[in-house]
Amino acid sequence: MTETTHIPVAKRPVKWGRVMDHSILILGSLFMLVPLLMVLQTTTTTDLETIKNGPEFVIGDRFDDNFMAAMFKASGFSGENTGLRMLINSLILGIGFAIGKIVIGMMAAYALVYFRLRFATLAFWLIFTTLLLPLEVRILPSYEIAQQLGLLNTYTGLIVPLIASATATFFFRQFFRSVPEELVEAARIDGAGPVKFFIDILMPLSQTMIAAMFIIMFVYGWNQYLWPTMVTTEEGMYTLVRGIKQLTQDLEGTNIPEYGRANMLALIAILPPVLVVIIFQSWFVKGLTESDK
Amino acid sequence: MAQVSLNNIRKIYPNGYEAVVPTSFDIADGEFVVLVGPSGCGKSTLLRMVAGLEDISEGALSIGDRNVNHVDPADRDIAMVFQNYALYPHMTVRKNIGYGLKNRKTPASEIEDKVQTAAKMLNLTEYLDRKPSQLSGGQRQRVAMGRAVVRDPALFLFDEPLSNLDAKLRHQMRIEIKALQRRLGVTSIYVTHDQVEAMTMADRIIVLNAGRIEQIGTPAEIYHRPASTFVASFMGAPPMNLLTAKGSGGRVTVGETISVAAEVADGPVTLGIRPEDIEIGPTCDIPFTVDIVEELGAHRLLHGQLGGQELTIHVGKDVVVSAGPIRMSINPDAVVLFDAKSGLAL
Amino acid sequence: MKRAGFATRWLPILLLLPQLAIIAVFFYWPAAHAVKSSFYLEDPFGFGSSFVGFDNYIHLTGSSEYGRIAKFTVLFTVLVTFFSLALALLLAVKADNVIRGAKTYRTLLMWVYAVAPPVAGFIGLLMFNQSWGPLTELAKSIGWDFKLGVNFNDTAFAMVLVSVWKQVPVNFIFFLSGLQSIPKSVREAALIDAKSSFRRFWDVTFPLLAPTGFFLLIINITYALFDTFGVVDTLVKGEPGNNPMTLVYKVYVDGFRGNDMGGSSAQSVILMVLVLALTVFQFRLVERRIHYT
Ligand SMILES: Nc1ncnc2c1ncn2[C@@H]1O[C@H](COP(=O)(O)OP(=O)(O)OP(=O)(O)O)[C@@H](O)[C@H]1O
Ligand SMILES: [Mg+2]
Repeated sequence: MTETTHIPVAKRPVKWGRVMDHSILILGSLFMLVPLLMVLQTTTTTDLETIKNGPEFVIGDRFDDNFMAAMFKASGFSGENTGLRMLINSLILGIGFAIGKIVIGMMAAYALVYFRLRFATLAFWLIFTTLLLPLEVRILPSYEIAQQLGLLNTYTGLIVPLIASATATFFFRQFFRSVPEELVEAARIDGAGPVKFFIDILMPLSQTMIAAMFIIMFVYGWNQYLWPTMVTTEEGMYTLVRGIKQLTQDLEGTNIPEYGRANMLALIAILPPVLVVIIFQSWFVKGLTESDK
Repeated sequence: MAQVSLNNIRKIYPNGYEAVVPTSFDIADGEFVVLVGPSGCGKSTLLRMVAGLEDISEGALSIGDRNVNHVDPADRDIAMVFQNYALYPHMTVRKNIGYGLKNRKTPASEIEDKVQTAAKMLNLTEYLDRKPSQLSGGQRQRVAMGRAVVRDPALFLFDEPLSNLDAKLRHQMRIEIKALQRRLGVTSIYVTHDQVEAMTMADRIIVLNAGRIEQIGTPAEIYHRPASTFVASFMGAPPMNLLTAKGSGGRVTVGETISVAAEVADGPVTLGIRPEDIEIGPTCDIPFTVDIVEELGAHRLLHGQLGGQELTIHVGKDVVVSAGPIRMSINPDAVVLFDAKSGLAL
Repeated sequence: MKRAGFATRWLPILLLLPQLAIIAVFFYWPAAHAVKSSFYLEDPFGFGSSFVGFDNYIHLTGSSEYGRIAKFTVLFTVLVTFFSLALALLLAVKADNVIRGAKTYRTLLMWVYAVAPPVAGFIGLLMFNQSWGPLTELAKSIGWDFKLGVNFNDTAFAMVLVSVWKQVPVNFIFFLSGLQSIPKSVREAALIDAKSSFRRFWDVTFPLLAPTGFFLLIINITYALFDTFGVVDTLVKGEPGNNPMTLVYKVYVDGFRGNDMGGSSAQSVILMVLVLALTVFQFRLVERRIHYT
């Protein structure tokens, strides 16, 4: 039994399973990424180059020109819908929507969870029924209302109707319910009223949730398409995403389609929400996966 | 400092469940009262009504000389320690302890003084700038105590404050809380379902069962003179032996074995005897068969059969016994008799 | 509600008011209005409207065009749901396996979440550009003369592909978080009980992911029905013509472009019923949701 000391150390076998895993993941990543790379490439070359050769594996030197054109050149008749104008509108929509949704949702959720309300059940059902029907199925009457209220081509008209669903309220209600009961009891004994409790304790506790909600709602607001298409007819009110429609029509109609400018605008429409999602990934994922439990 | 008085306090939850039947008792100034009872018997409900966290359905509650039925919890001059401590997770220990004072518009310098004093008393000084998540269970418990102490309340309320701690820490905190209460002399109501806590900490124990008071008394009274079979079997580990017995001609007998003199009507009764009130030895008069010997270090428990009924005997560590037939006798003075039907002490 | 809720009267009402006001004006009124106008026929020249009972519905059920669109919508929904779920599950399982590069893969596979559907459609237009689109070229190389916007099937193919591309990330995020919430002890037990990783997946992982899967199923169906509006709108370049379209798109086309309010409303109501049915189905699933813990 002296051989036992000479047992060779087993050579680690190549883990084919691991290789396979990585291959699939790389393919999947490419599937996701290649379209964006193509858009990126076309923003660095001239339109003629793109029309002649399509996307290539070279990075051109026209990024600046295309960027300037996208930001400051207007399409359409009014000359108002420059990329910059649309970018600002998109930001207003994304941020305004996120803030509106969070403020209104938190208020309503707070009322539902922390107060003894006689008609709480009724309010609950009224609010949460809105989760059932997406805006798309009531789009025309919503448009009519906005029209009657004179909200067409206003930021209010752009943002407020989109807030009319209870996603954030539902999310905060879930979160508030998970906050230990004893916290509000201790606070009451410590002499905190409803307003104080909200500001001193609930708000600080909700920070992460608010951040997560903000990211999700910002992306959601930024990416709205149908509603902005309907309520904004003035070009100065266009958002980037809404402007996409005009871009596609431009590309079809003109003799020399401005791919550089159009694709740059698409890129500008993509980047802010994508960056927000990537940078705040962990909050975002947490918010997304916990909201629907 | 204050006495507390509950007058026919009753609780019916909105769903119609009667968690506390009309209940009355008074607590003297500076007294430490422990509420014990099995899970779901209404201890927390009762305590929370005193705190003002739960509406009182019926009856009158006064703290000091003041009826507080409709007084806000913050204005009842009470402090409460919760089972999960309910510390504000985003505040430092200092802020946690001072939050109640701050809400009372106490000047900042005074808050700081009081917090420092409380922290010193509870050995928390070096943790004042930590958040609760950076503390151990025992330290969190102490912060919860600190929060109660700084308010200098007329009444302390504790809802199972030690049940999240391990056995050793629980023992230590039990002593600390009791010492603190002695020192401050604050009237206290303490809820627990741990009977050791109840026995060791209480000036008086209130045993609750299904929303009803079974017995109020000092720990010794509760232990030695239980008012019902419920109390007898709830308090004490192992619990009191309860044997089916029969009264006839001024004696109570358990089959052919135990026989004690007692003034009871003829008929079935329940005979209670604590395991430590039973002696064993070759000269004793009753034969008993030991099935299992439980070795507990400081003492032993002998489980066996007495004429077909289960019986437990407590013997000292020096008494060596093994399974098999032995002889035993009981201390007749320690016997408690209960009505066989109602379970109430006779 | 919390046990010791605040008893303040006016504050919760004040807190609920904004939410209730917004949903009253922009949810309940439009929804009710859609139901009402589905029973009316609006004069195309705007001279009032007349009650026609169920005529609008009867007209729809008799319309072969509506039937065709409904069929396409079902097929589209099935394809999008199936492929985006399957692909996401595969990627999530692989991403859960690997340790090295896990975060990078996660980022690369989820960023598309933040791309707006019409922008995704726009990218699709570029990829399938008739004269230089990389995917058109690719199709040509295998003898497929791809004609986006001209050939019905080609356009449908592009719609499915773009919609799947856009939806994989959401599913991926949920599957991955579902996988990561499987207790380590369960995995270790499985590791001891089953040698083959394939067996482990089918016998342990997959059943544990079932609740996530059911939930995602509904999410994906809703997505394919409603949220793909932007994809459809850009890929048909605003020219429905002979192109494939979904039911939601038809609501928009008839109501907004065709001015057929009654017909469009009836379609909205049908969609509402569909979503409600889905939601009820989802609730029942959640109720019966198998608990494995
Ligand atoms: N909000 C409520 N609505 C209805 N019934 C309740 C409510 N809260 C408590 N109960 C019921 O009242 C009874 C007493 O509850 P309580 O919390 O006072 O018990 P407890 O003695 O503190 O128990 P434990 O030792 O488990 O803490 C229980 O049966 C409980 O189910
Ligand atoms: Mg309790």
